[in-house]
Amino acid sequence: MDILVCIKNVPDTSAEEIEIADDGTDIVRDDLVYTVNEWDNYAVEEAIRIRDRVGGSVSVVTVGSEEDEEALRREIAMGADAGFLLSDPAFEGSDGAGIASILEAFVRKHPVDLVLTGAQADDEAGQVGGMLAARLHLPFASLVNRIDIREDRLTVEREVDGGNVEVVDIALPCVLSIQTGINEPRYVGIRGIRKAAAVHIPVLGAAELEIDPAEVGRRGARVLLESLFVPAQGEGAVMLEGSLGQQVAQLAAALKTQGVIR
Amino acid sequence: MATGILVLVEHQDGRPKKTAFELLSKATELDVGPVMAAVIGGTGLDLTAELASYGATKVFYATGDSLDLPQAGPWARALEAVVKAADPRTVVAASSVIAKDIMPVVAARFKAGMASECTELAADGDRLTARRPVYAGKAIVDVAIPEGIQFFTTRPNSFAVGTPDASRTAEVVKVEGELCDGDGRAKVVEVIKAETATVDLTEADRIVAAGRAIGSADNFKVIQDVAAPIGASIGASRAAVDAGYAPHDWQVGQTGKTVNPTLYIAFGISGAIQHVAGMRSSKVIVAVNKDPDAPIFQIADYGIVGDLFQAAPMMAEEFKKVVG
Repeated sequence: MDILVCIKNVPDTSAEEIEIADDGTDIVRDDLVYTVNEWDNYAVEEAIRIRDRVGGSVSVVTVGSEEDEEALRREIAMGADAGFLLSDPAFEGSDGAGIASILEAFVRKHPVDLVLTGAQADDEAGQVGGMLAARLHLPFASLVNRIDIREDRLTVEREVDGGNVEVVDIALPCVLSIQTGINEPRYVGIRGIRKAAAVHIPVLGAAELEIDPAEVGRRGARVLLESLFVPAQGEGAVMLEGSLGQQVAQLAAALKTQGVIR
Repeated sequence: MATGILVLVEHQDGRPKKTAFELLSKATELDVGPVMAAVIGGTGLDLTAELASYGATKVFYATGDSLDLPQAGPWARALEAVVKAADPRTVVAASSVIAKDIMPVVAARFKAGMASECTELAADGDRLTARRPVYAGKAIVDVAIPEGIQFFTTRPNSFAVGTPDASRTAEVVKVEGELCDGDGRAKVVEVIKAETATVDLTEADRIVAAGRAIGSADNFKVIQDVAAPIGASIGASRAAVDAGYAPHDWQVGQTGKTVNPTLYIAFGISGAIQHVAGMRSSKVIVAVNKDPDAPIFQIADYGIVGDLFQAAPMMAEEFKKVVG
């Protein structure tokens, strides 16, 4: 089975405070360390496991710039067979729909049996997988946390509302978005990283992918940024005082007065 | 000329979910043209009077055998058919599991823009601005979709439910057309019910959660005792889930569920960004932690420094008294 995993290189914002750039259109990225979007590692791990079980290949692809090549190499070090960088000045500023159409163009040139994405990335939109599936006219399931292969179909499980599990029978080719917890992504060893450093990563632009530059990037974006800001810091908690019993009693009274418990 | 707002109504056991009333109330308040409701599935279901009382002026019903369970392929076709019939400028749904499945698909079919997981919608003339958190809630963006249809998903509990007015009525439209994919490429074969039926965390109005300090799965009993008198759902931090103390569907945080309750009580949760990203928009946050410098106290409204195993039983008793 030939599997394509769409990945994204994202700033690791877990430890850092975020600042907004002077022109107000982006965060200050200079000092941020980039890493592969967490969900994507689960998707790549799942793809590798499927390939190791049934044969085939795993490719990883990202839309980005030169710097994002590192992310592709990391996933190759994990065990992916090939990486593709979709990069063009015309792609910059794409919204979710734009990214989906760039990926669509790539998949049409490099058809696969299964396309995986992470369930979401740093912009917390979780929409590229569904949009890509619609554009490719392929069936789609989101938030997948188990995949079983049965010849030309898959049985996938998804965590749905209220902790229920939905079992979906889905034909290949299809697009799935992968939830964390589906597996335990493997550790990337130094040997893998060395080996991956030598792999050639093709770079494909709008011309190679036959994409109309007006349809993607800032020009093609339908979703426009109006403002970007860091939320005001709260004043911090009211620390309750007295014995633990008194604190708990004060809390219950305050919550009751505010009407949040009843 | 596309105008107005179409709300995707989700329903359960023959009743609209609370998110439907939230969205209809907000759509009515925005006052940017007709407020319309899309009801998919539920053969024979009549929600018109109730949806009208919250502001819907037109209710579109799409029913069929393949629509009775919420499933991605047929539901996306059905929503697409309703959007064609309703011709709205805006389509909005709560950011539920089915919405995550179908809203991007339908948006792409209309070559439209979409903003997900919004926490606020505002109108300036007939132009809407949507506010949404990014980078684990460390930054906020306001976005607009000036051209074409605009698709939004919004977090449950983002909008207040208005007062229903039983005198309002709505026109009923039955949507025909090719409602299911028909090719059987994807179908739901089974829904395995959770052992304990609870309100989904993303829709819960009150949540009591615990971190790794809880120490074992059995110890969640003390958290359940706090939750029971106030009708709260149970949450857990990633550390507690990774340690095997709680199932994955309890996980609140960046890689778990994003919740938006009125009340969130965190026991023994330090407040790592991974967790905070999933709960910081809660209206009232209570933190109980042994460490007075735990970052959770910075975003909490009320803080108690103390041991969870002492504080939790006291809180359970106190809640019983106050609520009882």
